[in-house]
Amino acid sequence: MNTRKILFQFGYRRSADQDRPSPARHPVIVVGAGPVGLCAAIDLAQRGVPVVLLDDADRIGEGSRGICYAKRTLEILDRLGVAGSCLEKGVTWKLGKVFQRDDQLYAFDLLPEDGHKMPAFINLQQYYLEHALVERAAELPGLDLRWRNKVIGLKRRNDGVTLTIETPDGSYDLDADWVVAADGARSSLRGFLGLDFKGEVFEDRFLIADVKMKGDFPPERWFWFDPPFHSGRSALLHKQPDDVWRIDLQLGPDADAKAEQAPERVIPRLRQMLGHDAFTLEWMSVYTFQCRRLERFVHGRVIFAGDAAHQVSPFGARGANSGIQDAENLAWKLALVVKGEAPAALLDTYDLERSAAADENIGHSTRSTDFIAPRSTQELRFRNAILALARHAPFAKRMVNSGRLSMPSTYETPLSTPDCVSWSGSASLGAPLPDAPMRNGKGQPIWLLEALGGEETLIHVPNGGPPPAGHRVLVIGKDLVDEDGFFTQRFDATPGSTYLVRPDQHLAARWRHAETAQIEQATRRMRGFEEGNA
Amino acid sequence: MMALVTESRFPDPDRAYRALIEAHRGLSDEESAALNTSLVLILANHIGDPAVLQQALALAKQSLVQTNSTSG
Repeated sequence: MNTRKILFQFGYRRSADQDRPSPARHPVIVVGAGPVGLCAAIDLAQRGVPVVLLDDADRIGEGSRGICYAKRTLEILDRLGVAGSCLEKGVTWKLGKVFQRDDQLYAFDLLPEDGHKMPAFINLQQYYLEHALVERAAELPGLDLRWRNKVIGLKRRNDGVTLTIETPDGSYDLDADWVVAADGARSSLRGFLGLDFKGEVFEDRFLIADVKMKGDFPPERWFWFDPPFHSGRSALLHKQPDDVWRIDLQLGPDADAKAEQAPERVIPRLRQMLGHDAFTLEWMSVYTFQCRRLERFVHGRVIFAGDAAHQVSPFGARGANSGIQDAENLAWKLALVVKGEAPAALLDTYDLERSAAADENIGHSTRSTDFIAPRSTQELRFRNAILALARHAPFAKRMVNSGRLSMPSTYETPLSTPDCVSWSGSASLGAPLPDAPMRNGKGQPIWLLEALGGEETLIHVPNGGPPPAGHRVLVIGKDLVDEDGFFTQRFDATPGSTYLVRPDQHLAARWRHAETAQIEQATRRMRGFEEGNA
Repeated sequence: MMALVTESRFPDPDRAYRALIEAHRGLSDEESAALNTSLVLILANHIGDPAVLQQALALAKQSLVQTNSTSG
């Protein structure tokens, strides 16, 4: 079951760079064509930065790995042009249920309000996402994706990096001003730089299986503590497209990985869980996991993103989601730096903002793991007491932790200009803007986030005076009409309110009445020019 | 008279839970029991209200039935 079926095969093509007498120089080389590398490369190319994307393989294999994509990730994928196909193929869900034995402890709804283009979550096999991204990458003339190009050496220079790359035609060198290392949890680039990857190792083993069947279960996330079919452990059931169901069973620290994968062991376990044996096994694996990170994500001209920079447990869907959010945070900053429109110091805020996000993700995933896989008799007592109290006391229900699902980070960052008055509504400084249904100047429906795209934008609510000047200004009531009042409510908008939005759709500054000088200063600040500098 | 509050009160309950777990890491089971006992006494005194203490005891006993059957 561990031999991965090839689902999509791509061809190696010789590049003209391989025939040059001296290394070709590129502004950005991204290493690793997984979801994170692909998103980074597409985003950079969409921003007009030519990118070479290298991958050591030439195929996308079976084994669904990441399956849950969160709302914020879908909003990013929408900007990159692939959310449509992902939504069409994916299973949309927002309800989760938590059981102890046969009893439902509680249910949760992840998107309790209307007026968002994207759902709370979709489930989609990672290979479908990767395939959609590869197709999108092929549409972009500035993106050069090279399969079977394996980085085997890295030399740092003051103003860039030289990579040595092995191909079926032999090896060649490339120079890059910047390298984005998105080469996964076992990153070779991390190894070339000799960087520590430190954190906590968890001992519990889990069986992960994708099962094909016609099920009567709804598209909800079901999690069991101590289920009747798997006594004393935990279990997860979650729907994917193509009638495939993800099953995750806790096996404990002493489980024998090999024995547990034997069909005579797996099939009865699953039969007991599902109540029938009308299923086929698509893929399975036994895993343990680690929560760890690089101390810094930016090392001179080499910048780490996704699993290469940080690793989490699977509880909470924080791996692929946070990696794609890394890519989005990095792309606009790197694009500005490459074009000479921002100082290189702007990239330090990638490290700062995404390090904080990684810590948040590692914290959540560690705490979920503590609850799901207690390590001692006393930890198990605490866990079981919470589960027992959850039936009677709301505080205990709130502590039941079957994975806290991925949410975007709110950045506390020098790029933000602090609020000088208080604001209500769900928009908050440093966070991605909440979406809202609007109409454009022609009266056609458009979502707020669609209208923003990836451009630095000022949103202005008119108050009789002339609109402010900026890179791009959207005036409410003229360029965007807030017919249903969602914008007004979510942004606490009053006449004169003005919002400065970063190219990654996070809120950088807002004013009740903005002076030109304030907007200019906040804009410079958002681009990483320190106040008073340059 | 104050009533026992059973609504969630910590701004981040997951961190509070983690703090309890961490306090026990590396302790023997006996040491854990001793730590918990001290903790109960400290918190009971902090509450300082016998009626609330009685309600808390009643809730804990109610859930004990559940816990026992779970651990079995």
